[in-house]
Amino acid sequence: MTATTERLFEGADWNFETLQRVHDACAEIAATELGLNIYPNQIEVITAEQMLDAYCSAGMPLYYKHWSFGKQFAHQEAFYRKGLMGLAYEIVINSSPCISYLMEENTATMQTLVIAHAAFGHNHFFKNNYLFKQWTDAEGILDYLEFAKTYVAQCEERHGREMVEQTLDAAHALMSHGIDRYPGKKKLDLRAEEKRAGERRLHEESAFNDLWRTVPTGPVKSVDSLNVERRRKLLGLPQENLLYFLEKSAPRLQPWQRELLRIVRHVAQYFYPQGQTKVMNEGTATYVHYRILTRLHEQGRISDGNFLEFVRSHTNVVFQPEFDDPRFSGFNPYALGFAMMQDIERIVSSPTDEDREWFPEIAGTGDVMATLRNIWANYRDESFISQFLSPRLMRQMRMFHLHDNPDESAGIRVDAIHNERGYRRIRRELARQYDVGFVEPNIEVVDVDLAGNRRLMLRHAVVKGALLAPGDVERVLQHLADLWSYDVSLVEVDASDVVLKEYIASPRVMVAAA
Amino acid sequence: MAMHIVDRRLNAGSKSLENRQRFLRRAKALVQGAVKKSSQDRDIKDVLEGGEVSVPLDGMNEPRFRREGGTRDMVLPGNKKFVEGDILPRSGEDRRKARGAGEGESEDVFRFILSRDEFVDLFLDDLELPDLAKRKLAEAESDGIRRAGYTTSGSPSNISVSRTVRLALARRVALRRPRPEAIAELEANIASCDEADRTKLMAEADALKARFRRIPFIDPVDIRYRRFEPTRKPVAQAVMFCLMDVSGSMSEHMKDLAKRFYMLLYVFLKRRYRHVEIVFIRHTDRAEEVDEDTFFHAQASGGTLVSSALVAMHEIVRSRFRPADWNIYAAQASDGDNSYSDADVVGRLLTEMILPVSQFFAYLEVGEGGGSGFDMSDSSLWSLYHRLRTDGAPLSMRKVTERTQIFPVFHDLFRRRGSPQKAAS
Repeated sequence: MTATTERLFEGADWNFETLQRVHDACAEIAATELGLNIYPNQIEVITAEQMLDAYCSAGMPLYYKHWSFGKQFAHQEAFYRKGLMGLAYEIVINSSPCISYLMEENTATMQTLVIAHAAFGHNHFFKNNYLFKQWTDAEGILDYLEFAKTYVAQCEERHGREMVEQTLDAAHALMSHGIDRYPGKKKLDLRAEEKRAGERRLHEESAFNDLWRTVPTGPVKSVDSLNVERRRKLLGLPQENLLYFLEKSAPRLQPWQRELLRIVRHVAQYFYPQGQTKVMNEGTATYVHYRILTRLHEQGRISDGNFLEFVRSHTNVVFQPEFDDPRFSGFNPYALGFAMMQDIERIVSSPTDEDREWFPEIAGTGDVMATLRNIWANYRDESFISQFLSPRLMRQMRMFHLHDNPDESAGIRVDAIHNERGYRRIRRELARQYDVGFVEPNIEVVDVDLAGNRRLMLRHAVVKGALLAPGDVERVLQHLADLWSYDVSLVEVDASDVVLKEYIASPRVMVAAA
Repeated sequence: MAMHIVDRRLNAGSKSLENRQRFLRRAKALVQGAVKKSSQDRDIKDVLEGGEVSVPLDGMNEPRFRREGGTRDMVLPGNKKFVEGDILPRSGEDRRKARGAGEGESEDVFRFILSRDEFVDLFLDDLELPDLAKRKLAEAESDGIRRAGYTTSGSPSNISVSRTVRLALARRVALRRPRPEAIAELEANIASCDEADRTKLMAEADALKARFRRIPFIDPVDIRYRRFEPTRKPVAQAVMFCLMDVSGSMSEHMKDLAKRFYMLLYVFLKRRYRHVEIVFIRHTDRAEEVDEDTFFHAQASGGTLVSSALVAMHEIVRSRFRPADWNIYAAQASDGDNSYSDADVVGRLLTEMILPVSQFFAYLEVGEGGGSGFDMSDSSLWSLYHRLRTDGAPLSMRKVTERTQIFPVFHDLFRRRGSPQKAAS
């Protein structure tokens, strides 16, 4: 394509018209050439300080107040002020409209890059990936966070900051285990959530009668008759969503405490897909910005100089240090994702014999974007890597697999390298590294001693001999016991049901006293 | 595609402020410890500067279920020479583990930056200095006079000529006093005119002359005097003299005690005065002005003559800090040794030279930790100062052996100053 259109901007300066022009130009390419399907965009220009703020509330524009965010802020700020850390160019929120934060310091080229990356790349991914569709409610999230913020503030007024903080601390400790991993009965509807909570509060207020306080609570009905099976069924056991279990079954929590657990659980659930799609999400966004910027340059709408600036930051973003490089800290999701997307493009458009053998479904089909859009919609990191990491890319990145068995005194074994024998093993192992099922310890509530001392029993299925870090376990169990308000035990068992370790925690008095 | 651009830059920043405050409140005890610790390593003047503190993470951590150990599998990029089946010695692994441990440690210690205000608040909160600031301290003022407009009465030496002349001119113009030139011109006309007009002109000239005489050039009502008012002028600068005995008998512990006291005094003065200078005078049997680092850290040997320090201070006051312009504070720290022959000189210097110009003179006798204050028999300097005080010299004096005593002592010194002994200045 030849230079037919005018430049979008000259130099580094920009104003709101520039952003609008850039957005429109990107939108055109995204719609016609890439066939992206996006939420409406909302672009917000913010200062560095606001960016720092956003960092510390998980990127969300509003969030309830909690000291842990302040701690994070203090930490980030220290790093930022010392110049150890640059700020991200952009933050994008999975909501509808899709909100992208752009830093005011960015140059016009950077703003273009960021708009293409976030407002089109991430936006498309959020709207189309099955995990996001299943687990998040883009329309409702901002309203729900607003509700959560007000609700937490109200709770603080009514029940005191300390009580609320304790509950939230405990809930945060269990956040990673407050997620439904399997699609349940219905999709999350955060608007309905908010309405429900509001109605319940109204009902409580209208039905409030102080006399109830004076009614003595009688002895609980005997539960001896429940047999184990029935009991487990009633309580929905085994249950791996600890927060859900506590919210529904913890005997002595106040209604507002249950609601707080629910809020934390919903937020954790909202972020659940993001953790599982880091490589894909960043790969998609990087691929999209690369395509759009390249096209804009070809059309002559970006000058050579500005394009060079873009290429420079793009190269920095997709830089992958090697394992023995001091800068190495695992795979860079941008680098791996982008490399895989480009690799798929190559496989679809000009495959080698090897590609045809490994990827018969997509090799040589010709329609790059249709293939990519399909992948973006229907995979997560683990399945994406296990299906589309090609031998060629493994060779190119010179991947190898290390197996470290502490019992083996000789050392660490190189289990596979990028050769015929190793491709599949490397691919399987790398995919596993991105499998949340492996990354998060598998902990379930298995039983409750309802007839006896009401002890809550948890079980950690140990994989590959990795036990839980003892210090942390004790602290988390303490929080758990505080919420449950009776003893909590945790056993760690290996695959053959041999108990490796056991912990017991008793509740501290404060929550129970509520 | 519809798109909105929102300019959020004008929105209030520091949304995280409240979270930050919550964090600080929660970590208060820890942060306060860290602030105290970090103020130990600082120069006195930097004590108020805020800055990085690190606190242990205990109690601030956010525990999660996480795994460690077990067999590990990892896929890494950048293979150069390994082939399948190679065994890599674990030495490299050890190194990585060591680094991991180092990282773990740095995770246990949480670093962040406190703003100046936060730092001072935490520093003072511990010391309850705000309470102290409410107390009446020495008047930081000097008498003076200042211009306050004009008045119609006063001493001749205060006549404001310009103002008087201006008023006179206004009055002359208003009353149409003839100008001398007008009269001269008329008289010239008389001389040159014919007989007929002469009488008329003569009458006119007489009238003018009469008017000229009637309306004075300067009337007593015109006179204005410059008016002065006595005022009390706050002196916005203070100088703080740190005197310390650095002879061999002063241990690091004692110096640390002294430093803490100086720090408090500095913080305190900094709150009251716009500009605070610090002068460090160390002495053995000779005194010299030194910089802070030398003051606290360098060793010197020799006997002990307190008078030398007082002479040095007096010299410096005379040459650089005019008592009219400066509030002079002095704090002396010593282990109490002084040669007996020096006592008279010290007493005279203090009562005649130093105390009359100082706002405040504190003597801090520092001792080794451990021993209780009661056991300490009075040192030579202590007994000397005590005697001076009984004779009515406005001295403040305390004994300190432990860090924890510093603040109470400081507090005490300043409280006492409010009431009976108000005679320092």
